[in-house]
Amino acid sequence: MAYGAAIPFLTFEDVSYRMNGRLVLQGVSFALEQGETLVLLGRSGSGKTTALRLVNRLLPPASGKIFLEGQDIATLDPIALRRRIGYVIQDVGLLPHWTIAKNVGLVPRLEGWPAAQVEERVNELLRQVDLPPEEYGLRYPHQLSGGQRQRAGVARALANRSKLLLFDEPFGALDPITRHELQRQFLDLRDRLGIASLFVTHDVSEALQLGTRIGLIEDGKLGELMTPDEFLKSEQVEARRFLDTLPVSPRRPE
Amino acid sequence: MIWRSLLRDIGVLTAEHIFLVGIACLVATVVGVALGIAGTRNPRLRSVSLTVASILQTIPSLALFGFLIPIPIIGGIGMHTAILCLILYALLPVLRNTVVGISEVDAPAREAAVAMGMTGQELLRFVELPLAAPTIMAGIRTAVVTTIGTATIAAVIGGGGLGVLIFRGVASVDTLSILAGAIPAALLAIAADGVLNWVERRIRTGRSGPRV
Repeated sequence: MAYGAAIPFLTFEDVSYRMNGRLVLQGVSFALEQGETLVLLGRSGSGKTTALRLVNRLLPPASGKIFLEGQDIATLDPIALRRRIGYVIQDVGLLPHWTIAKNVGLVPRLEGWPAAQVEERVNELLRQVDLPPEEYGLRYPHQLSGGQRQRAGVARALANRSKLLLFDEPFGALDPITRHELQRQFLDLRDRLGIASLFVTHDVSEALQLGTRIGLIEDGKLGELMTPDEFLKSEQVEARRFLDTLPVSPRRPE
Repeated sequence: MIWRSLLRDIGVLTAEHIFLVGIACLVATVVGVALGIAGTRNPRLRSVSLTVASILQTIPSLALFGFLIPIPIIGGIGMHTAILCLILYALLPVLRNTVVGISEVDAPAREAAVAMGMTGQELLRFVELPLAAPTIMAGIRTAVVTTIGTATIAAVIGGGGLGVLIFRGVASVDTLSILAGAIPAALLAIAADGVLNWVERRIRTGRSGPRV
């Protein structure tokens, strides 16, 4: 870890966001370490997606500061910033007129990598997400299943050697089995590549499985961050409400 | 030989007709696509330009030709007035389809492209224009086909084209002359529609079918 504990990888300092006069996020502060997965858990409309979109400056905060690797992101060029950060959304958003290989190589190409290097990187990534390039590289998004498309989405997010990935309910639209496979793959990639991720979901079992820490967002306010074990024992009302949705007590992946 | 001179007239006037339509549609396409793109970035410009183009479209073509005759420099009798008039008519379908085509681009694809760090220009070049291309092409096709018809009226203000034969025939009650103008004009419209339709389909299928 380049910065150790002294400078956290990503920091929110008292960040608020206002939309049409309404406070969508209020005084959100947290620090994310390298290799960590912070899950922002909350109901629809709680402000969790907004928090995510502040990180790559799709939205400007009303007040407060966000630091990435010690740099205030407000001072960085938004385009350069976005190219450093992977972004994975539920609908994937692959470009329908591009092949999978071209989609995955998007950011490296925008960054002007030589063609051979882009190709090499794309092949490496496609293998990492279990989409053998010789079989899937030249297909178009509509020729893939939902799970395969989301794998390609993850590969695209990793392409520029991003150390921070933002996930907005990435597996929400998938069937349970495919979702489980992708969650496994996510854990595997995270541990192998040491990527930090900010992961938004409303699925408490997903939060417990994937999060190194969990932050509950309620009405735009972020509660104290908890490890999954702490979360399971939490007596907070909103945490209990989420835990009550679980059919049986969840098992942590080994 | 009356047939020979008629055939020569048809040839010359068809060429003139194609020239009128070609120039008008070329300019309308450039202006319409540019205005349409600008309109997707600026809602005010979009509503103003669409409103103006719609109003222009509702003016009967004969009246629009008439309006332009007394206007100095841009108006008057002759081909340039006719072309200007045809441009104004051809603008709406191109403009409207550009706006619609770009605003219908798959929202998650656009969101991901922006979030991954595309600049506005890259978004336009790699995402919006390629995905809107079939819709824009359909607008151009509509513009070309209707302009071929409207251009026959250009003869009224000395614009030339196949309308010359039609109006000459009407004035001298000469059915042959009317048909000599009307049939090539109709064939031109059908041919243009077929060719542009083919181009449009090629763009569509070349882009990998349904959106996901």
